[in-house]
Order: sequence, then structure tokens, then C-alpha cells
Amino acid sequence: MHVKMVVGRYAPDRKLDGELGAPYPPPYADKPRKTYQTFEIDLHDEAMVLDGLIHIREHVDDSLVVRCSCRCAICGSCAMWVNGHAKLACTTKMKDVIENGTVRVEAPPAMMPIRDLVWDMGPFMEKMRSVKPWLEGKPVSPDEEYRVPNEAMDELVQEVSCISCGACLMDCESYAVNEKFLGPHALARAYRYANDPRDSMQQERLKEYSDPNGVWDCTHCYECVHVCPKGVAPLEQILKIRQMSVAAGYTNNAGTRHALAFAESVRDSGRLNELTLMPKSLGLFNIKAQLQSLPSAFNLLRAGKLPPIIHHKIPGVTRVKAIFKKVGGPLT
Amino acid sequence: MIIDYDVLVLGAGLAGMRAALEAKRRGASVGVLSKVHPLRSHSGAAEGGINAALDPGDSWEIHAFDTIKGSDYLADQDAVEIMCREAPRDLIEMEHMGVVFFRGPDGKLGTRAFGGASKARTYFVADITGQALLNALYDTILKEGVKTHDEWFATALYVPDGTCRGAVAIDMLRGELHLLRAKAVILAAGGMGRVYEPSTNALICTGDGHALAYRAGAPLMDMEMVQYHPTTLKGTGFLMTEGARGEGAYLTNKDGERFMQRYAPKMMELASRDVVSRSETIELAEGRGVDGCVYLDLRHLGAELIHKKLPQIHEIALNFLGLDMVEVPIPIRPGMHYIMGGVKTDSDGATPLAGLYAAGECACVSVHGGNRLGANSLLDTLVFGRRAGAHSADYVKSVKPLESGEEFLKSEQQRIQALLDRPYKGETHARLRLELGTLMDDKVGVYRDEAGLQDALAKVRAIQARAQSVSVQDKGRIYNQALLFALELDYMIDCAEATIMSAIERKESRGAQARSDYPKRDDANWLKHILVTQTPGADPKISYQPVTITKWQPMERTY
Repeated sequence: MHVKMVVGRYAPDRKLDGELGAPYPPPYADKPRKTYQTFEIDLHDEAMVLDGLIHIREHVDDSLVVRCSCRCAICGSCAMWVNGHAKLACTTKMKDVIENGTVRVEAPPAMMPIRDLVWDMGPFMEKMRSVKPWLEGKPVSPDEEYRVPNEAMDELVQEVSCISCGACLMDCESYAVNEKFLGPHALARAYRYANDPRDSMQQERLKEYSDPNGVWDCTHCYECVHVCPKGVAPLEQILKIRQMSVAAGYTNNAGTRHALAFAESVRDSGRLNELTLMPKSLGLFNIKAQLQSLPSAFNLLRAGKLPPIIHHKIPGVTRVKAIFKKVGGPLT
Repeated sequence: MIIDYDVLVLGAGLAGMRAALEAKRRGASVGVLSKVHPLRSHSGAAEGGINAALDPGDSWEIHAFDTIKGSDYLADQDAVEIMCREAPRDLIEMEHMGVVFFRGPDGKLGTRAFGGASKARTYFVADITGQALLNALYDTILKEGVKTHDEWFATALYVPDGTCRGAVAIDMLRGELHLLRAKAVILAAGGMGRVYEPSTNALICTGDGHALAYRAGAPLMDMEMVQYHPTTLKGTGFLMTEGARGEGAYLTNKDGERFMQRYAPKMMELASRDVVSRSETIELAEGRGVDGCVYLDLRHLGAELIHKKLPQIHEIALNFLGLDMVEVPIPIRPGMHYIMGGVKTDSDGATPLAGLYAAGECACVSVHGGNRLGANSLLDTLVFGRRAGAHSADYVKSVKPLESGEEFLKSEQQRIQALLDRPYKGETHARLRLELGTLMDDKVGVYRDEAGLQDALAKVRAIQARAQSVSVQDKGRIYNQALLFALELDYMIDCAEATIMSAIERKESRGAQARSDYPKRDDANWLKHILVTQTPGADPKISYQPVTITKWQPMERTY
């Protein structure tokens, strides 16, 4: 297989030959622009993207830098952008991503590049550390294991499969607009400890993870589920923390209010009342936050996107109510 | 820059992190250096599990006997006793750190069977046990605030006046050389798998710890004992865990025959690794393979068990061969997997070089002797990592701080600069690596003989000479990987030399050393360890050390 690999190169200490890349679109417009170099190589038909990069590094240009070690999705080193999406280079088949004979690889714009395909893992790892990813164990005899059902352990194996590659964070929509968002990987790990029956800090954890920049800042875009090479499905773990924290009574936050306002509106009118959603989410008496949202409201108005002032119920709303009744829970 | 610690740990896999944790808990100031982020360490690739005699129906004595028999009686029995006695406490400790081990119906830890073991004593998390342990230990060092230097690569040990007092390392991210001064250094740098091609080992396993110690004058022991894993994937050589056979998978040849019945009628597929790898090699040599491979057949285990307990190898076979092990047998062959040999240590991890400790795969205590049992390596890292951490923390209390070292740092800077300045003469680290690896697999693999070994030694010496003209075309400072690879190549060549010399020396067949010209075990002459020590300006020196026997006299070894 003949491949043109377009590689985004970056070296802060010298100038590189090649075509300077266009600036990234917002919110990455201020990120360093890379120099794109094209390498034409021949690979076997089943080659992975990483095989191509190693080939270049070994036979064409030894200054091409790429982190890799296990080559089979265990060590988590080689997450990068392939054709503009987060991938693990070692398990991405070249033939699956090649377009018109070309494949484009680069460090993701969401991360600061250090050198070529090597990006700064600092913020990623710091987010993980900040959720206190360790067991604060309940009392147990030092000579005996905790007695817990296998199902409880099995439930956590999905997250334990996480190889901390960073793919989820590099394509996370919320992180793109809010760099303080804890991110899919850290919150998935947070779930792994919050739902560990051996942990003694569950309540404190749930409270903390419900704070701003925590579980309620996820926008359910499903990118993290889509790009995760190990099936961790971080969004699923985030949703589980939400359910656990609401059940535990940690509801005094915009996220819970938003979810409740959403459901109430659907229950009462069969559709979403966007006009009341925002004030209810922020808190009806939170005047400061309400005022802060005014500029957005004006922008919406200007663009003709403001929802109708008078909110109508859909016909047959009683049947929607019946559904709520059948499901049960706090909204019936 | 010069940074001071009481204890400096080189490597942040299981052995390194466990050692660091223990030394810190005992009051030492600790720095951990790793050439990758700790979570990328190769410990994470261990799949099958970790051994401990925890069940009331099992005992540390039976575990010890299995280990010693597995080692072909080359293991030091006092060290094995320590490992097997202390295994339960280290296992329980990891469980308390949060490892999500598989449970039995009563909620207690559950086991799977493993090779060479007479009881099911392997504790596991699906087929990602190493990763689960690595994550939990990393989380714990975060909790306890152990300082790590990620992506720093050690270029030399600092040994003034015959005592190890630190190391010089490159901070890859910034391209600067620093001296990390310490009262004790613990090598926990892992294996040397990349000396062989193919190997199950990750690209970072280049024998750094072995070579750093070797160059500093510490002896390497049992280096001829190179484990070939019986089930490595066709082509890429990726590991297919022994846990598959532990769960009941068959090995079959091209006729569909479970050939192990002819080699190990009692234990069948779960004989020890050296035995199974040799059996496969014979099957292949006698024409009962297909395309250089035999088969690992899991079909009768059923989809549910495979997806639940062996998800990772299922995914790897699917990704790299396009084969679904639920439906078809998987082509496998023996492949280099582990080095039993390493820096000689006592049971506290101390090497004969004062101030230098070693633990994990780069160390040789020796608990694995001629052949390591599956699931004993994770155990080794934790038990002897902890012990090295504890002993070094005590040792440093009587060691005075040091002021010197500037000049050593300067000399290392000059050495690295000279390497960077070398003109290009056509020799690349990549080509030499490949030559070295295929040579080792070809001549120093499952079966060996005098002619092949002598040929390999001559060729390695030639590669050693050529490596002196390897040039680095990357002239940048920041993350200069080409420089790293050139330095690693030198380490790998040192390891290869020690392995071949030891293999030539041992004129018998024992454990992983199968000499076709000396096919029998010879206890009268060779029930002893072979040590190799580098000597300045001369060929490395060979010496011997008796095997410590406590209560298990060597017997004939059958499975």
C-alpha cells in the first residue's frame, strides 16, 4: 500500500521545512501552528497508522518524534489526531483512514504540542489527580481482603480498562470551551472510586463531582464514547455519577436544576420551554447569574433564535403525564 | 542541575513504584525517574495474574516447590521461601489499595489455574491484571505524594569511590542533563525484551537497568535464562496470556491434535513455559505447524467466558489478525518474553555494589532460576520492590550527604554531545537493532548450540563496533528520541553480550537454556549460577555462585 502521510511537525527550538499549517478554528485559534510535511511510504496492506510513523522514524527521518511503546493499545502512549479525530495510532488501520491515498496525523489542538506528535500530558494527568483517584478504604483487617460481590468489581473493570491515552479529552466538546472541565477520563475514574463498595468517601466524592466543572458540565456529545479505544465509555460513567449524586441529595446545583426543569417542562407541556429553562437552571433568585446570561439572550434575539414568548402545550399532553406516572420517581 | 534525594528509584513500573512507596513510608526522601509516564510502564502489559498461596487448601511450601521445580532447581530456595511466604500479604495489600480482583461466590478473592502450578493460586482482573495493579499503585503514589520525574532517561550511574550515589539523566521534555544525587539507588528498569526480535515486550524494554549496573561493575546473573512464552501472536508477536490456557484453552497442531499429551501428559497445556515452548518448537521442526505456527484453541470456552475474562487478547487477535477467537483457533508461536537473569541481588534487593539496589525484572534474586512460572513476575516486583524500598530506607540513615558530582555531570554532557556530533556514515540505530534482535532470536532462542552461540557472540561484537559510528541526525534538544534510541542500543548490546557469554558458559540444558549439544541437565557440574562482570579494558569476567538449597533436593522434572 502506497501512502502519503501528512505529518504535523512542531519543534519549538528551530524552524522546520514544509508548509505552515492554517490556524485552527476557534477555540484553538491561539494554539501553535504546525508545519506539515508529507512522507510517501510503502506499507503492507494491514499496517496500522503507527507502523507508518515508525517506518518514517526508522528509515526516512529520525527526527520524527512519536510516543509509542506496546503497539497494541495497552500502554496508551500514541493517542493523536488522525484526519482530525482522536485515535490510537497503534490500532488504527491505515486502510480504514486513508482518503485519496493520504492520511493526516498531528498532535491534537486541544493539547499543547511539545514536539511533533508529542503533546503535554500535564493538564490531562492533573485533572485525573484532582478527583482523588485512590481508595479511601473502609476499615478492614490487614490480613484479609474486603468481602465484596464479584458483580461490584466487574462493574468497575470497564473503567479500569482505561489506559489514560487522552483520546477522550482531546475530542471533548466541553473541554474545548472550558479548560477547567474535569473531562471524561477523570470523571470516569471518579466513578470507579465513587462506586467502589470498599471506599469510605462516597458522599464527599459525589458532592465534589457535582460541583461546577464536574459531571454536570458534560454536554452528552458522545465523542468520548466514540473515540475511546478501550470501550470505557466515559459518558456512561458520568451519567452514573449524576444518578448517584441526585439520589444522594446533591441537587443544589445548576446541573440538577437544569435536568429537573427539563423534565418538568416536558411533563407539564409535552415540550421544552426554553424561556424558563435557563432561569430555573441558574436558580430563580440567582439575579447575578441571570443578568450575566442577558448578552446571550440578546444575541439569540438578534439572530431570530429566541424561543416563543408564549409557550404552548402539545395536544395530548395527558398521555405524556401518563408516561411519567408509569415510569415513577420524583416527578410523578 | 543537581537534585538530591535519599533514595533514587530508576523505573516506575510495579517494582519501582512499590519500592518508592515503601522507602517514603519509612521516612526517606524519594525521587522516582521513568523514561515514560509511570502509567506507560510495561508492568501494565502483564495479563494473566499474580500468584499467592492464600487459599486454605494451598500453602507457601507448595507454591515454593512449584516455583523451584519450575526454575529447574536453579532458583535460590531461601529467596523463593521469602517470596512465597510474603505473597499473601502483598496481594492483600494491593487489594486494599483498590485492585478490582475477581471474586468467588463468597465475595473472597477467586483464582484461575496457571502453568506449572499444582494449585489454582493465580489472582486476576480479567486479562488486564498488570494494568489494574499499575493503576492502583500509581493512584496510591499520587495519594502519598511520591515525586516522579516523568520522561527522564538515565545515561549512567554515579559511582564515586566504589559506592553508588546517584545517576545522570536526560529530561527528555527539555533536553537537559541533570545529576540526581542519592544515598542509595534502586534499579527497577524492567526487562530487555527488545534485545530480541520479535518479542512480547514493549519498545521501551531495552535492558537499561541491566546495562547501567553492568557498566558500573555490578555482576549480572543467570543471563542465559531467557524465557520464550509459548503463546505469542503470529506476525506481531503480541502476548496471548497464559490465562487463556489457565481457563482451559488447548494447544493444537495442524492435525488438530493436542500435542502436549506427548510431552507433558499430566499437566498438558499447563506445563511450565520452557517445556511448552520447546514442545511447540519440536512440533514446528517436525512439520506439524502451519506457516511457522501452532494453534491456541479457545472455541470450547464459549463467547461469554472469552468476553468476560479474556477481553484484551480477544481484541488484540481481532485487531491484528482479523481473527475472532470465539470462532477460530489463533495461530501462535513461542516468542521471547522475559529475562530471568538480571543484576545480582540479595533478598533485600542489595547488589554487591554498595548503595545500589535492584528489583523486578532487571534484578536476579534469584527466584526464577532457569524458568519463571507465569504470574510469579508480578509477585516478584511487589515483594522485592517493597523489600528493596525498606532496606534502602534504613541503609541511607548511615550515609552522609555528598557535595561532589559536578565533574561527572560534565563528563556525561560531553559524552552525549560527542554522540550528537558524530558525522553520518550510514549506520543507523534502527538497522542495528533489527540485526541484533533477529540474530538473538535465531541463535540464542529456544534451542542453542556452541557453534550458533559463538557465531552470535562474534556478530554481537561486530554490531558493538558498528554501534560506535551510529549517528543521530536529529540535532534538536527538545524530546530528541533518536538520541534516546542510540543510547538504548548500547544498553541492548551489553545485555546481548552478557546473555550469549552466559549461554556459552553453561554446558548443559536447564530451564530455558536448552543446548542441543548438551541435552541433559548436569547437576554435578552446573547446579550453580553464572555471573558476568564487565571489566575495564578486557573481556567480561565469568564467575560462579552456588545455588542455595534449603529443603528441596533437585529431582527429575516432569509435568
